[in-house]
Amino acid sequence: MTPRLGDVTTLDEVRLSDVTSSEASLRQFLHGLPAVDHVGAEARAAGLATRSIKTTAKQFAIDLAISMIDLTTLEGQDTPGKVRAMCSKAQRPDPSDPTVPPVAAVCVYPDLVATARAALGSSTVKVASVATGFPSGRTSLQVKQADTREAVADGADEVDMVIDRGAFLAGHYGQVFEEIAAVKEACGDAHLKVILETGELSTYDNVRRASWLVMLAGADVIKTSTGKVAPAATLPVTLVMLEAVRDFRDTTGRQIGVKPAGGIRATKDAIRYLVLVNETAGEDWLAPEWFRFGASSLLNDLLMQRQKMITGRYAGPDYFTLD
Amino acid sequence: MSERLAVKKTYKLYIGGKFPRSESGRSYQVTDSKGRFLANAAWASRKDARDAVAAARKAFPGWSEATAHNRGQVLYRVAEMMEGRRAQFVDEVGSSEGLGRSRAEKVVDEAIDRWVWYAGWSDKIAQVVGSSNPVAGPYFDFSVPEPTGVVAVLAPQRSSLLGLVSVLAPVLVGGNTAVVTSSYERPLPAIALGEVLATSDVPGGVANILTGRVGDTAPTLASHMDVNAIDLAGVAGDDEHAVQLELAATENLKRVVRAPAKEPDWTAEPGLGRITSFLETKTVWHPVGI
Repeated sequence: MTPRLGDVTTLDEVRLSDVTSSEASLRQFLHGLPAVDHVGAEARAAGLATRSIKTTAKQFAIDLAISMIDLTTLEGQDTPGKVRAMCSKAQRPDPSDPTVPPVAAVCVYPDLVATARAALGSSTVKVASVATGFPSGRTSLQVKQADTREAVADGADEVDMVIDRGAFLAGHYGQVFEEIAAVKEACGDAHLKVILETGELSTYDNVRRASWLVMLAGADVIKTSTGKVAPAATLPVTLVMLEAVRDFRDTTGRQIGVKPAGGIRATKDAIRYLVLVNETAGEDWLAPEWFRFGASSLLNDLLMQRQKMITGRYAGPDYFTLD
Repeated sequence: MSERLAVKKTYKLYIGGKFPRSESGRSYQVTDSKGRFLANAAWASRKDARDAVAAARKAFPGWSEATAHNRGQVLYRVAEMMEGRRAQFVDEVGSSEGLGRSRAEKVVDEAIDRWVWYAGWSDKIAQVVGSSNPVAGPYFDFSVPEPTGVVAVLAPQRSSLLGLVSVLAPVLVGGNTAVVTSSYERPLPAIALGEVLATSDVPGGVANILTGRVGDTAPTLASHMDVNAIDLAGVAGDDEHAVQLELAATENLKRVVRAPAKEPDWTAEPGLGRITSFLETKTVWHPVGI
């Protein structure tokens, strides 16, 4: 097991305002984080993935997973019609069964936020919008801020931004920090989810550093991936991020959410993530406010499993909407 | 010198072009007609049935959209491979069904011929059951057969090869994909057929073979919402079981080929009934061009 940050004495002594006071101290702090035990993290994630979740626990997990989904469509071919259809599915995922909970949010491109907002009306489902030059993030700060403000003005409750991976990998932590802080300001009351794009960060150490960097900069949720880069979310990467939010709360008292996104298609995968959350960050994170799945096809598989548990028959995709 | 020990075989299932062990980890002993040990066979569970349906569904687009000519060629190839394993089939049919050598040879030859016969129908069935229809308007109107989808086949319990071929080949030739449960007491020819399919050009998942008790997997297949049809030949004579399966099949209106009162004589001329049972008719109206 990797050591818990709270156990590291240097961190207790560090005041976080000092850490963020200059680029040098930020770098010193991030590089002073304990290294991730690569083999240990993967073994831990693989070990937890073997847990058997059955019967009532599985039923609970399926409903919880449904309520944690950010139902996502991020394609060049998205139309207002598709977004409206998705919004109606988000509110009532299985039209034949009113006991299915609504999903947490729909996630769309900024130009479709107004459409989604109108389609969702007064429902509890939130509107999330990607912004800041998603998915590459290669635009100027002004453009990123404008992108964000527009999404929020159109009615987005949550903004999914991407970090500047180029700057992060080049070691310009201050620049990444400033950018997130600036976008956070542009968000106003909207929740800010920050995408690390772990598939481009190469190492678990980088994932841990990036997690701490964006949490210090004011992120409300840290998210693994855009879904446009392979590998997207994996269990070990999510484990590292869950450890980061756990240690961050131990240190600062502020709780941060986590959102794995991309490549989670089966109920079995989703349940593995929930086990990981429970065993790593703890029960406090087992709620849609603190843990989300960025997914689209996952929802149908969860609905099929749910129907199987109720009827005893294996369900078929012919009886669920096409996305 | 010590006497050589025979290698005792433990066979596995055939799902999605691979040979996995049963998810349950169970196997059972297969004996010949006189009760002597032949081999161990996998004892499929309902989860194996579920996996097989998923594999069949995945293989369906490729197989159903292949040209009829291509499907026919692939099925001929299966018959060629069966011919190559003729000796093994004769052995296994003989010991499973308690037949003498010459009778077993006759059954195997008949099974291979049956396969060839069905393979030949691939590009001809549309000409026989399709039609161009006379209509009172400026339209071409024609009907063409299309495959039903994923078909669950409960293979006959007594005729381990000829019966199996007689229920599997007609499903595949129409462009369906199949999940087969083999005879419980006589699974070896079905297992060998699985090995034939795996080494011929049939894409993985087009035919999947489960060994074990029919009662363990049939209810799952009959109630599965992603299975489009079921052939109940394997529960011939067991009315109670057959009725239960038919009831389970009603939920998504599966096509059902009902279980006969007793297992038929498979050597009889088969006719087209088993092919057309798993075909849907699509009728197209097309404006007459000027």
